[in-house]
Amino acid sequence: MAKFFTKEHEWVEIEGDQATIGISGHAAHELGDITFVELPQMGKSVKQFDTLAGIESVKAASDIYAPISGRVVQVNDKLEDAPELVNESAEADGWICKLEGGDPAELGSLMDAAAYAEYLKGL
Amino acid sequence: MLAVTGAGSVEELFAQIPDELRAKSFDLPAGMSEFELMGIMKEKAAAGGADITPFIGGGLYDHIIPAAVDHLAGRAEFYTAYTPYQPECSQGTLQALYEYQTAICRLTGMEASNASLYDGGTAVAEGALMSLRITGRTRVVLDASVNPLHREIVRGYLASLSAEVSQVAPDGCGSDLARLIGSIDGNTAAVIVQNPNFFGSVEDFSLLAAKAHELGALLIVSCYPIALGLVASPGEMGADIAVGDGQSLGNPLSFGGPYFGFIAARKRFIRNLPGRIVGETADKQGRRGYVLTLQAREQHIKRHKATSNICSNQSLCALRGLIFSAALGKKGFHELALLNYDKAQYARSVLSGIEGVSVLNAGATFNEFTLSLPREGALVVEKLLGSGVAAGVPLGEYYPGMEHAIVVTVTEKRSKAAIDRLAALLEEALCS
Repeated sequence: MAKFFTKEHEWVEIEGDQATIGISGHAAHELGDITFVELPQMGKSVKQFDTLAGIESVKAASDIYAPISGRVVQVNDKLEDAPELVNESAEADGWICKLEGGDPAELGSLMDAAAYAEYLKGL
Repeated sequence: MLAVTGAGSVEELFAQIPDELRAKSFDLPAGMSEFELMGIMKEKAAAGGADITPFIGGGLYDHIIPAAVDHLAGRAEFYTAYTPYQPECSQGTLQALYEYQTAICRLTGMEASNASLYDGGTAVAEGALMSLRITGRTRVVLDASVNPLHREIVRGYLASLSAEVSQVAPDGCGSDLARLIGSIDGNTAAVIVQNPNFFGSVEDFSLLAAKAHELGALLIVSCYPIALGLVASPGEMGADIAVGDGQSLGNPLSFGGPYFGFIAARKRFIRNLPGRIVGETADKQGRRGYVLTLQAREQHIKRHKATSNICSNQSLCALRGLIFSAALGKKGFHELALLNYDKAQYARSVLSGIEGVSVLNAGATFNEFTLSLPREGALVVEKLLGSGVAAGVPLGEYYPGMEHAIVVTVTEKRSKAAIDRLAALLEEALCS
């Protein structure tokens, strides 16, 4: 399935009953060298747009919001030792966590890749 | 000012302040010369109890301060530039704080220390807040043999959060380990204990650490730095966070401050430490340098999401702590601790030899112990003050039912003659 994006530059991709979450390549580029990803606790439940995780770069410390509701079932442990993976591959290997139990209808409030690209032009 | 604020009179300007909080008058004496003022200050200092021999501790202690501490900490490079507002330009201050962090880690057996906190009580409270953040839980178990003033600060800090503080009564003068372990539930962020505890008892919290970890809770140990020359450190007992008051490290009692607090933790919790952390790095030419690091935790970056918005550091007092620690070294620390222990053991045996007096601590003590007296402790202490001896801290105010008990502290500064005099005065006071 395709990726959907938020205005805060998170992405979500649904496969089966799991939603994989990350930040967009644009966000990773804007943040600069990422030094730390504060992964969410396993089992944590969030509503759409709640604070899910945190990210720190040499430039800024930011929150990562949940693009969709759900419960955290997996986190990308590799980021603990290699946060730079988010810079190298924000929209693939640099994913942050996986959620379950969300409502796919919530995707309706997000942008698809084309709409997000259009949105970035306007920033 | 009245014109700018639009108030019609000074009275109107202060109308917001309730009448009962307003000063009724400012009855100040007339101005005086520097030399007249010095005379008054000297008189006040002489009347301030300098000739009283203290056997009181209870968290703050009368220890030796090597001359090097005053001399080095008083150097203008440190003294006037004690806080690095433009940190990277203050390499000397940053290096001193970095070395301070190293000293605190070595003392406590921890891996990461911040650059100091306000005092011991707020350090315990910051430890509690840290445990809530790390675990996402909302309850702390607090051993009631932790310093009562520190417990009040913990309650104060947590009162406005939706966090519960569950206190566990001591078993005599010791921590009730079975009840502490039994009090840990699935929502417990941490168990908070003190070693030696407020009664002076030295405890082994290793089992408590293991049980807390089994249930996903942390162990926070508040400790007395001088005791660490002899007593197992929080790190050795498996604690996750070590806190305490640093006053005993080179800072005078000074009628209540300023002192400093310390907090140190396992490395994996470093991003949850409050306050400043100094790190070592290399510049473009590969030269060693120091920076404030991991600042994304702090309020100037994270605002209301900072790890603390109420922490303060005490760089100059912490610097004194560092100089004191460096002057003593590992061997000196051990010897100082041993001297405290030996003198206190002597006092324990002499004082418990007085008729009707007994030691209440069941196990080992360091330089403090709890005495049971045949009369009310507060009255006995008051009586001995008249003879120039502060015999101890009466426990009645803090522990109902212990009105006849006092905590006696014997540091390396108390001579055998002073201890014998305390014993003689106590015996006389109890006989009359």
